[in-house]
Amino acid sequence: MSTLSRSDVAHLARLARIDMTDPELDSLASELDVILEAVARVQEVATPDIVPTSHPLPLRNVTRPDVVVPSLSPEAALSGAPASEEQRFRVPQILGEEA
Amino acid sequence: MITHAAHEMASAMQAGEITSVELTQAHLDRISAVDSQVHAFLHVDTEGALSQAKSVDDARARGEKVGPLAGVPLALKDVMVQKGIPTTAGSKILEGWRPPYDATVVSKMKSAGIVILGKTNMDEFAMGSSTENSAYGPTHNPWDLTRIPGGSGGGSSASLAAFQAPLAIGTDTGGSIRQPAAVTGTVGVKPTYGGVSRYGLIAFSSSLDQAGPCARTVLDAALLHEVIAGHDIHDATSIDAPVPQVVQAARSGDVKGMKIGVVKELNGDGYQAGVRSRFEESLELLAKAGAEIVEVSCPNFEYALAAYYLIAPSECSSNLARFDAMRYGIRVGDEDGASAESVMNLTREVGFGREVKRRIILGTYALSSGYFDAYYGSAQKVRTLIMQDFNSAFGKADVLVSPTCPTTAFKIGEKANDPLAMYLNDIATIPVNMAGIGGMSLPCGLAPEDGLPVGFQVMAPAMQDQRMYSVGAALEASLLSQWGAPLLSQIPALAGAK
Amino acid sequence: MSLTYEDVIAKYEPVLGLEVHVELNTHSKMFCGCSTIFGGEPNTQTCPVCLGMPGALPVVNEKAIESSILIGLALNCSIAPFSRFSRKNYFYPDMPKNFQISQYDEPICVNGYLDVEIDTDEGIKKFRVEIERVHMEEDTGKSLHVGGATGRIHGADYSLLDYNRAGIPLVEIVTKIVPGTGKYAPEVAKAYVAELRDILRSLGVSDVRMEQGSLRCDANVSLRLIGAETLGTRSETKNVNSLRSVERAVRGEMIRHAELLNKGERVVQETRHFQEESGLTRSGRSKEQAEDYRYFPEPDLVPVAPDAAWIETLRATLPEQPTLRRKRLQTEWSVPDKEMAAMINADALDIVEATVKLGADPTRARGWWIGESSRFAKEQGITIADLSISPTDVAQIVALVANGELTDKLARQVVEGVIAGEGAPASVIESRGLKVVSDESALMAAIERAIAAQPETAEKIRNGHIPAAGALIGAVMKETKGQADAARVRELLLGHLGQPTT
Ligand SMILES: [Mg+2]
Ligand SMILES: [Zn+2]
Repeated sequence: MSTLSRSDVAHLARLARIDMTDPELDSLASELDVILEAVARVQEVATPDIVPTSHPLPLRNVTRPDVVVPSLSPEAALSGAPASEEQRFRVPQILGEEA
Repeated sequence: MITHAAHEMASAMQAGEITSVELTQAHLDRISAVDSQVHAFLHVDTEGALSQAKSVDDARARGEKVGPLAGVPLALKDVMVQKGIPTTAGSKILEGWRPPYDATVVSKMKSAGIVILGKTNMDEFAMGSSTENSAYGPTHNPWDLTRIPGGSGGGSSASLAAFQAPLAIGTDTGGSIRQPAAVTGTVGVKPTYGGVSRYGLIAFSSSLDQAGPCARTVLDAALLHEVIAGHDIHDATSIDAPVPQVVQAARSGDVKGMKIGVVKELNGDGYQAGVRSRFEESLELLAKAGAEIVEVSCPNFEYALAAYYLIAPSECSSNLARFDAMRYGIRVGDEDGASAESVMNLTREVGFGREVKRRIILGTYALSSGYFDAYYGSAQKVRTLIMQDFNSAFGKADVLVSPTCPTTAFKIGEKANDPLAMYLNDIATIPVNMAGIGGMSLPCGLAPEDGLPVGFQVMAPAMQDQRMYSVGAALEASLLSQWGAPLLSQIPALAGAK
Repeated sequence: MSLTYEDVIAKYEPVLGLEVHVELNTHSKMFCGCSTIFGGEPNTQTCPVCLGMPGALPVVNEKAIESSILIGLALNCSIAPFSRFSRKNYFYPDMPKNFQISQYDEPICVNGYLDVEIDTDEGIKKFRVEIERVHMEEDTGKSLHVGGATGRIHGADYSLLDYNRAGIPLVEIVTKIVPGTGKYAPEVAKAYVAELRDILRSLGVSDVRMEQGSLRCDANVSLRLIGAETLGTRSETKNVNSLRSVERAVRGEMIRHAELLNKGERVVQETRHFQEESGLTRSGRSKEQAEDYRYFPEPDLVPVAPDAAWIETLRATLPEQPTLRRKRLQTEWSVPDKEMAAMINADALDIVEATVKLGADPTRARGWWIGESSRFAKEQGITIADLSISPTDVAQIVALVANGELTDKLARQVVEGVIAGEGAPASVIESRGLKVVSDESALMAAIERAIAAQPETAEKIRNGHIPAAGALIGAVMKETKGQADAARVRELLLGHLGQPTT
């Protein structure tokens, strides 16, 4: 099976937004190798004819009516915010694309 | 009184022998006395519990009709949100957060008059089998404080075994209710998926998570099950059907004519000798009570663990993305000029523990383009195979049984550096979650070699949860008459206890 | 060296692709019961679900599914018997869960088309735009960038987030690539968005206000040498928030691409932002390194599997197609082509129809809305639908003119008063004293006073010099403060002075 390099794990950590140190990346790479080898066993029986199951319940079309219910007060909504200003969540500068 | 069963406490309150305030205070005192050794609780809500207790007492005094568990104290796993009460899911990233809303399970318990004592310790975000992954330090097994109380709901199971609470709420994604119950000599039930609302349960793996009752007796678990179960419009995966008659089943404990299937693959190599012998003896007791014991085979269960360790990490990598330091929880590295992205990265590095990061990265990998079909996709196919195995087994038996875990409680620290060995703990519990069916663990004795509790697992088809209670109650009654007293009467006394 | 549009189309063939995001006008959000009303105080329309709080779960709004199916039906799509929500995973502070619940490989509607017509020098040309998919998803919150020069994201010190918009139901309508439009690509793009907007409005599923962001268009443009098989690299232009901008953006991108290609440079596959002021686009994030969204089925929701009965019930409620309706109304109201185009341009069709339904003469109704009301709306920078005058008001005014209680001139003042917020027509007439002076003896007395004041003019008229009547009529109108019917005054005056009145 594939072995994960430090840069593979670094890429995954970037995707997952976790800022890992090099030693952490290294130890994770070797742990993941062992785990991946074990979990890759699923491929032994996952033949093309088997329909995948993503959910244990056979439910369909569960919806709610289009009715407005009271929202949280803005105080409650913002109560856990690390920072707020003008009744809004204050966050550090956003780099990247303009929404 | 604190060593009694919950339904006995309820009867005593009903008879006017004790008030809820007295009962609650007795449990709060017990927590103060022993929790420095057990560390079952992350937060004790002394004031809230006493005021809840008082309102139940007042209602009773006014002659109002109250529910069967009104006034009985309960320990709530910290993965369930309770309005205004610190909720961390065992993670540093949520330190100090007080949710602005109640989980549906919490609302239901509040209206049933159940007194919530506080929040119990757990593996961070319910990822683990030992409660060692809590950011707030491990919980200790009251049977032997050097051992683990199971996980992820080790705080809940330990609080029951230490007589800090007669009832608790757990959540079970791969065994987190049943395995802690097994290793602490208590009862834990994972209801059918969708039987109990997940609204307000901090998600680990959405398609596997299920909250359920933890107690010291099968009847107590059934009484709590009835309070928390039922359809919820806030959970699209909640089943819109009547709650199975679990209390009735637990009261009658009738297994005459029932076919009990022993799963060949969940008993044998890798299972501790004492675990196997207690399990075999329990089968004999059930046969004596009138059940027919048959053997069934579920050949694909050997792939369940592998599939689980792809599905659960995949879903958790997405579920835990919301912990980003923007709207709630801790924020790290918000210094002049820092970007939102760097603050997210730093906060998640500092706020998540090692096991959580391991699973997030594993899940990120399993879902990433190019690997999706080989990993996540294949795991979903294994899920189909496991469901097929269950279907054919339930064609031959009304319930299936196995030991809950391969071993009794291991030492704290013993498997901390070997994730795969740790994952093996859940080998017998995981298939139930994969198929969304119900599973129960109840104590079936102490393993002769180490004197630690052994768990007996009962599995029932979806929406037939009452069958587990019939079998559980029958076995419990047979064992009780053999032992003469509940298993927990043999637990060593904790220092400092009265 | 800037190329002309003619240079571009002489050498290259444009290929279009359009993605339109539509905010549905449901009362509540896609997955929670928070209100969707536009413009609320920040974070007053939020709850644990749309704030992505730990433990919260989504539940689908039934109306949003129905609206999506209606859109699919109106766009000639197949409605999928089984569709599913997925999670699109990426981190962004305006997205509370750091994944968007969207539809991925199993959308609710697929394979439709929309025919659009454009008016060209060679007559009306028809183009078929094929629809690839219509799918449901949720909107993000809004950020306010603080510090820095322009309130823009770049150079801002920090941002403030309002999640009122987070979780508003969105429907994304994606076309297949549209080849073969040639030089008409910009007009086709505009006509498509306009036609789509009309359809969505007729379905009543969205407010379709581009300026408020309830209809947003991303235009994908690529060029290939005429006759070439392979597609060129495309750019994806966002922030196009008016019909005119759609046309400008496509044209601008065609020229920009052609300039690059002519210089032998590469077109970069990237997101670009349309700049309203310059009509140019600015580079956004490069998509060279493809995003890995790690889509997987949303485990908190169950599949949407509409059965035939549900679909047919919805199909039965489909309104008349906008193109057919326009043709029908034009005939019914006998409107010349040019006026019809003006009415459509002014977005006045619905409101004129409503006025006609209240009994007003179509020509009169059209006149008031296209003439006076349109002018006021333009002055205030709003649409006629936002004016404080209603079809009922206009129908009343038309009726009052028809039965002689108002002159056209007075009616104009009534319209002005209603628009100024002075109340309904009756109260404006009352408070401004705009009643027609129809008492003929009073008019005769005024005429006699005018003749006495200007005897020489009266004499000229008596001698057959009819044009001189204007001065006397003016005097009478002035005395009656314009409240007399000028035509009647003329009749009475000429009759009084012994002249023919016709
Ligand atoms: Mg989209
Ligand atoms: Zn909401």
